Amino acid sequence: MNTPLRRVSLAVMVLVLLLLGQATWIQVVKADEYRADPRNARVLLDEYARQRGQISAGGEVLAQSVESPDPGDRLRFLRQYTDGPLYAPVTGYYSQIYGAGGMERAMDPVLNGTDDRLFVRRISDAVTGRDPAGGNVVLSIDPRIQRAAYEAMTSRNYQGSVVAIRPQTGEILAMVSTPSYDPNPLASHSGTTQQNAWNELTEDDPPTLSNRAINETYPPGSTFKIVNTAAALEAGMITPQTPVTAAPRITLPDSTTQLENYDGKPCGPGGTVPFATAFAKSCNGPFAQLAVQVGADRLRGMATSLGFNNPALTVPMPVQPSQVGDLDDGASVAQSGIGQRDVRLTPLQNAQIAATVANGGVPMTPNTVSQIQGQDLSTVDTTEPDRLARAFSQSTADTLTQLMIGSENNGSGEGKIPGVQIASKTGTAEWGADPKTNPPHTWYDAFGPVPNPQIAVSVIVERGGNRGEEATGGSVAAPIGRAVIAAALGGDG
Amino acid sequence: MTRPTAPGGAGPGPAGAPGIERPADRTAMRPAVAAAVSTRRGVELALLGFAAVITTGALVLVEANQEQELTWTLLYLGAAYMAILAAAHVAVRKFAPYADPLVLPLAALLNGLGLVMIHRVDLARIARAASLGNDEPTQEALRQVGWTAIGIVFFVGMLVLVPDHRTLARYGYTAGFVGLVLLALPAVLPASLSEVNGARIWIRLGPASIQPGEFAKILFVVFFASFLVVKRDLFTSAGKRFLGMTFPRPRDLGPLLVAWGVAMAVLVFESDLGTSLMFFGIVLVMLYVATERISWVIIGLVIFGAGAFAAWTFVSRVQTRVSVWLDPFADFNGRGFQVSQGLFGLATGGVGGTGLGAGRPELVPFASTDFIFTSLGEEIGLVGIAALLLIYCLLATRAMRSALAVRDTFGKLLAAGLGFAIAWQVFVVVGGVINLIPNTGITAPFVSYGGSSLVANYALVALVLRVSNAARQPASEKRPSPAAGPSAPLAPLAEASTEMVQRDQVRTPPSGVHHQEPAGPAAPTGRAPRGRTRGE
Repeated sequence: MNTPLRRVSLAVMVLVLLLLGQATWIQVVKADEYRADPRNARVLLDEYARQRGQISAGGEVLAQSVESPDPGDRLRFLRQYTDGPLYAPVTGYYSQIYGAGGMERAMDPVLNGTDDRLFVRRISDAVTGRDPAGGNVVLSIDPRIQRAAYEAMTSRNYQGSVVAIRPQTGEILAMVSTPSYDPNPLASHSGTTQQNAWNELTEDDPPTLSNRAINETYPPGSTFKIVNTAAALEAGMITPQTPVTAAPRITLPDSTTQLENYDGKPCGPGGTVPFATAFAKSCNGPFAQLAVQVGADRLRGMATSLGFNNPALTVPMPVQPSQVGDLDDGASVAQSGIGQRDVRLTPLQNAQIAATVANGGVPMTPNTVSQIQGQDLSTVDTTEPDRLARAFSQSTADTLTQLMIGSENNGSGEGKIPGVQIASKTGTAEWGADPKTNPPHTWYDAFGPVPNPQIAVSVIVERGGNRGEEATGGSVAAPIGRAVIAAALGGDG
Repeated sequence: MTRPTAPGGAGPGPAGAPGIERPADRTAMRPAVAAAVSTRRGVELALLGFAAVITTGALVLVEANQEQELTWTLLYLGAAYMAILAAAHVAVRKFAPYADPLVLPLAALLNGLGLVMIHRVDLARIARAASLGNDEPTQEALRQVGWTAIGIVFFVGMLVLVPDHRTLARYGYTAGFVGLVLLALPAVLPASLSEVNGARIWIRLGPASIQPGEFAKILFVVFFASFLVVKRDLFTSAGKRFLGMTFPRPRDLGPLLVAWGVAMAVLVFESDLGTSLMFFGIVLVMLYVATERISWVIIGLVIFGAGAFAAWTFVSRVQTRVSVWLDPFADFNGRGFQVSQGLFGLATGGVGGTGLGAGRPELVPFASTDFIFTSLGEEIGLVGIAALLLIYCLLATRAMRSALAVRDTFGKLLAAGLGFAIAWQVFVVVGGVINLIPNTGITAPFVSYGGSSLVANYALVALVLRVSNAARQPASEKRPSPAAGPSAPLAPLAEASTEMVQRDQVRTPPSGVHHQEPAGPAAPTGRAPRGRTRGE
């Protein structure tokens, strides 16, 4: 009888081994799959059980988690946004069903407390028995500038974007995209509220969820003449006094296509005008020819050193790379030189170009996060300004500044700030399949005050704002940009 | 039955030596070292202390992670647990001094960790009720401590009332009958008194509910042990040899078919796959141990398989369980919810677990009863449940060890049956919740919240201790009754019947002349031929 007893003992061990095998299968092999299953509420509940860090800017709390007002709520903390639409392009949203966007997504490890920089805090929280909570994110956004930009756009019912950068540091001071949306319904703990909000937002026309400042690219139009000019100045091909053609239209090289000035008028009374005049009046002919003279490689090189074609850029939200496009033949180089053809850039990139001129030719890595804090608001990490490789020389920058002052002073002047010298370049970009009947996108790249610029700004108003086909950068976008600069300089905008 | 270990001719078996037991196996050595045999109660006490330390540590972790203050209630809870353990230990010292020192601490540790987990689920339920503005629910942990106390009362009672496990052999049929009644009762009672969550395995008496199956389990083991001791020849009689195994004659299949019928009835009328599987598995293993014939197991598996297949075809509840087993996520929000949630919990715990008190076991329905293993798996991880399974394994194999060591057939079958019952129940319940086999809805011994289960399993452990005590007790001390033969006729009689039957079956050739044996009552004559048989 002892033999079967031993065998039964062995069988018992086999049973236990089978159980261990299955437990291993579930807890090791299938663990990640089951853990990430959307029906597994554990991860979600954990996320909502911890107080997510707040997002603040200039002492204002933009996003924070508060105890859910509904006592029966399974999820303990509710995400709330102050001035939702104003900051939505930056904060993004935080939804149980639809995930997170914007800063909520980009800074998630900090906000949910898992970032390595918060490790020591986590330990001390564990020791002191404090509720585990996420870290806070402090933005470089200046609420005054952000609000001025947002209101300037929405009060005119403009669709577009404004980006403002501090030239010396790369700090993004304002990032506006209009029309915007309210992230609060997406953060609701009610599935229906979330779904309804999401369905509405994704069907919005014009779209609201996309952050135009970094997610959309546009033809830059004449604002790209800054890049073109920078390349020519660096190559020593031109000075402000260099005479250039004043013809109202030119024939593009390698083709029969005619390129004419914006209004079809000559650039000046004679056969030629000084380059500075052509820049101030934004005549197309000389810049098309200049681009051909500069060549595809120099043009592309300048664009790249100013930040084009960089898929890795994050602020810390990922930024859609700006592209120069194909520069295969003379016509495409000529057209690209005036910011048409296949040149596409984000409003952030355009602001970055203005900021680089303002900073004497040295681009700074743009960033929106200035500080990371522990839950007790103590500083954990500070973003240090990051200099990129010089794009062009100080003298090129000085010349560009003078040229841009000429451009600014040539404009209509709506919203000019008394006693403040701005340097700017406007742009009116044709787009779409039928560019002559589409209202153009209007641009305004500027910085000020000169000397000692404190802010560089890029404004795009899509589809000509309310001016239809007659819209120009100077008439539509420039007043917005000047209002933003005024706000930055402490004026009332 | 000890044939395999019998050294040839080692059993001179002097017929006229009633006072000296000379079993042929290794235990025959014992008398010589009788004085040196330690009771090892000190080891038991130390291990109990260790179990208490682990339990206390686990409890503190739960409180820390749940940010609870260490309350007086908790202190009482811990103190009560330790007092109960101490009482059990004292009882073992007094009534079964030679018992296996591992068994009680293992049971106590399982019970303690179960208490911690039940308390932890309590905290989650209280928090939930508070957030909903409901009244605070009853703390199951406090009740479970009460049940532990009652369990230890049963445990001590069993040790006191059964001074020698062999006396139980006389009550075999009674045990079997009572067991059958308990098993059948929920099926004949109206559903309002017996059905909980679809399975009719309860007897609800006012506020208290009893799962009679837990007690029936022990009673059946007792019944089968005594039945097999008496009727073993029925199962070992010659049959056809086929595939290297001796198969019984069809007409000898009767008892097995009866057991099968009972198992099927439980499955069909009580919709309880777990109890059915439990019951039949124990029967098969005991039959195998008694007969040493694997053919019984094979026949049993085949007919159980056929019956289960039929049940799967006709009983919707069984179908449900099987389809959930095959793909728990197919009907996530319906029937597969519980198992799926359990798997999510286990997966979220991973290898190391979330930490005691830091998971969300309450998301799984029945987190403190049937599904307590997924709760534990979530919070103490694979590492933790591997440890728990090893504790169970140790507990079961210690019972097997006692079965190997004890000298009488009844004791062997009893200990083996009880030991296997623990392991098998763990396999059925844990296998069910981790989706190795269809989920069945029975409780994990000692760990799950539930009075019947706890009380029954402490009684079970008491029987195991009783057998192991007999196995390790020095012979000189062990046989006062036979020595005093006439003055205490009861004990020898019980023994005699057992021993006589052993000899009976060993000697009985297939052509067995049974009528020669009735000279049973005389114990000494019963022993004499046994020695001779062994020598053959």
